[in-house]
Amino acid sequence: MEESIKLHYIVPGDDFTRAGAASGDVKRTLKELGVSPAVIRNVSIAMYEGEINMVIHANGGEIDVEITGEDIIMTLRDEGPGIENVELAMKEGYSTAPDNIRTLGFGAGMGLPNIKKYTDEFSIDTELGVGTTLNLRVHIQ
Amino acid sequence: MKISEICDILEGEIICRADLTDTQVNAACGSDMMSDVLAFVKEQATLLTGLVNPQVVRTAEMMDMHCIIFVRGKRPTLQMIEMAEDRDMVMICTELEMFTACGKLYSAGLRGGSGK
Repeated sequence: MEESIKLHYIVPGDDFTRAGAASGDVKRTLKELGVSPAVIRNVSIAMYEGEINMVIHANGGEIDVEITGEDIIMTLRDEGPGIENVELAMKEGYSTAPDNIRTLGFGAGMGLPNIKKYTDEFSIDTELGVGTTLNLRVHIQ
Repeated sequence: MKISEICDILEGEIICRADLTDTQVNAACGSDMMSDVLAFVKEQATLLTGLVNPQVVRTAEMMDMHCIIFVRGKRPTLQMIEMAEDRDMVMICTELEMFTACGKLYSAGLRGGSGK
């Protein structure tokens, strides 16, 4: 791949049923590009968890995806409440999601740990009252 | 194990994509928490769940799963069935409870993943 491919998505915050549409689109794009199934799965799961987080915690946000010959770089940006304690949020099983989210199958405290698990590079920029940005990278080879 | 064998063991009803029931399934994961499912890595797995909302189909899609089994007599919505059809996924409904459904499949040789 000589030139990188850039994709941009707006994740609406008010429709839980549509959460994951952007991740599904990226998955289909990577498939068409012939990226290996294992890499596609890692990217899709990490992005999907991020997308769900945006809907649960931040009333939506925006996602930029850049596909180069070597990496898939995802930037997930929201203007939500920010994460008070990143170290705690990274612990499996820790969740601040409301109970109604658990009835929908999420809020088990696995979101950020899963995102970290499925990416090669992972960082969080967060500020209370301002928002959160996740910077994710998955190597293609 | 073929999806058709799974359906027989669970005395299930095929809801959609009956044309794909010859597909081979190598592992299974039973949960109502989708984030737990997303932590589960295994090739060609099937999902057993009692949860009914579109995120069940999306979760299975992200995991490359070919089959979703609804336990305890739960029925997917029309929207979910259409999503599964588009994504080449078989849906099965069984009246069995989660524990019994998982136990029957395990006894028949289907295994879980390491979760790693």
